[in-house]
Amino acid sequence: MSIWEYANPKKFMGWTAPLVPWLFGLAGACLIVGLVWGFFLTPDDYKQGSTVKIIYLHVPSALMAINAWFMMLIASLIWLVRRHHVSALAAKAAAPVGVVMTLIALFTGAVWGQPMWGTWWAWDPRLTSFLILFLFYLGYIALWAAIEDPDTAADLTSVLCIVGSVFAVLSRYAVNFWNQGLHQGASLSMDKADHVANVFYIPLLVCIAGFVLLFIALVLLRTRTEIRVRRMSALIARTRPTEVTT
Amino acid sequence: MIALLIRDLRLAVRAGGGFGLGLAFFLIVIVLVPFGVGPEAAVLTRIAPGILWVAALLAALLSLDRIFALDFEDGSLALLATSPLPLEGVALVKALAHWITTGLPLTLAAPVLGFLLNLDGPAYPWLLASLALGTPALSMIGAFGAALTVGLRRGGLLLSLLVLPLYVPTLIFGAEVVRRGAEGMPVTTPLLMLAGITVGGFALLPFAAAAALRVNLR
Repeated sequence: MSIWEYANPKKFMGWTAPLVPWLFGLAGACLIVGLVWGFFLTPDDYKQGSTVKIIYLHVPSALMAINAWFMMLIASLIWLVRRHHVSALAAKAAAPVGVVMTLIALFTGAVWGQPMWGTWWAWDPRLTSFLILFLFYLGYIALWAAIEDPDTAADLTSVLCIVGSVFAVLSRYAVNFWNQGLHQGASLSMDKADHVANVFYIPLLVCIAGFVLLFIALVLLRTRTEIRVRRMSALIARTRPTEVTT
Repeated sequence: MIALLIRDLRLAVRAGGGFGLGLAFFLIVIVLVPFGVGPEAAVLTRIAPGILWVAALLAALLSLDRIFALDFEDGSLALLATSPLPLEGVALVKALAHWITTGLPLTLAAPVLGFLLNLDGPAYPWLLASLALGTPALSMIGAFGAALTVGLRRGGLLLSLLVLPLYVPTLIFGAEVVRRGAEGMPVTTPLLMLAGITVGGFALLPFAAAAALRVNLR
């Protein structure tokens, strides 16, 4: 009995089936609590006014945009090393979710930047890196869509994901070098939580938890759909020869 | 490896198209820029480093899909895969041949086109140096992209979508070298970073490209 047993498609379908509704429920609960708390029950910032509240969407989505790519990287590595189909499909399933997270982060950032920085967009290192990340996601999804054979597609996108990760990190530092930014430093970190005052911090954590759960729930749901699609195409492939002969 | 390199070079020169096309494209992009932004010398001087680099990058992009596609179609890539030369070596040589037929001419032509854009005097040696150091990385990254998309019927557009984001660091450091050179600032840091990308790319990307080729030949 090892952890890999859960990657068997049949088992995977079995143990995720009861999990998905719970995850969606928890994610929804966290998001409702976190967002209502954040939007209506916290004070306005003395400098930024009510615009500070966009942090409850901006930070969690930005966090998940990066972590989604990270999860795809790990899933790709597992696929290349251990050839678990579920892993490849999970990476495929995570990409569109990651794109949406990236777009939310970019959009909320622009909405916040307009009153605060006086501009929708600046070629700031963080903003630029996110735009590049968005392009990486697009390329990844386009490659999945372009290749018909599912195993070939899984292999090639995995290789692309690994190389892309290296270049994404490289771009991040290159961009840092290229332009000094407007964006503030990390608003959260593990050791010192004093960047953001506690009144904002706790609802923010709830929102982050909501986004994480939502991400997991969406990826599981999409992976289950992908597995069903694969089963369908296998069934069709199996029945078609008989149709031709009769 | 050398035989393969010579064969690829001969094919590139004799088959026509690929060799001169990139250069002509480079020239046309550079000529078009002043029409777009206006002929003021000061503006052109300021944007010249970036424009030269972006144009060189796009010109290198043009001929990328030829790196593997022709050999894939007529089956010689499958022969190469079964030859004693490892596929990693094939990918490396192919990238090198691409660089000699596109990157090197672009590098040599860039100073001439620099005059058209009124590039500052001190920037010329750095333009040459940065392109000479940076375009091999463009070829190698491009060879990886070409290896990914070689099995696809309409791979060209997808290839650009995959490869252009990967070009970002090279472009940043390359253009930065020229910009700093033009302003008389020290260029060592971006130049070394650029060299690092090229060397690292040539060390690691052949493995990724060969892995992609193996999948596509399966």
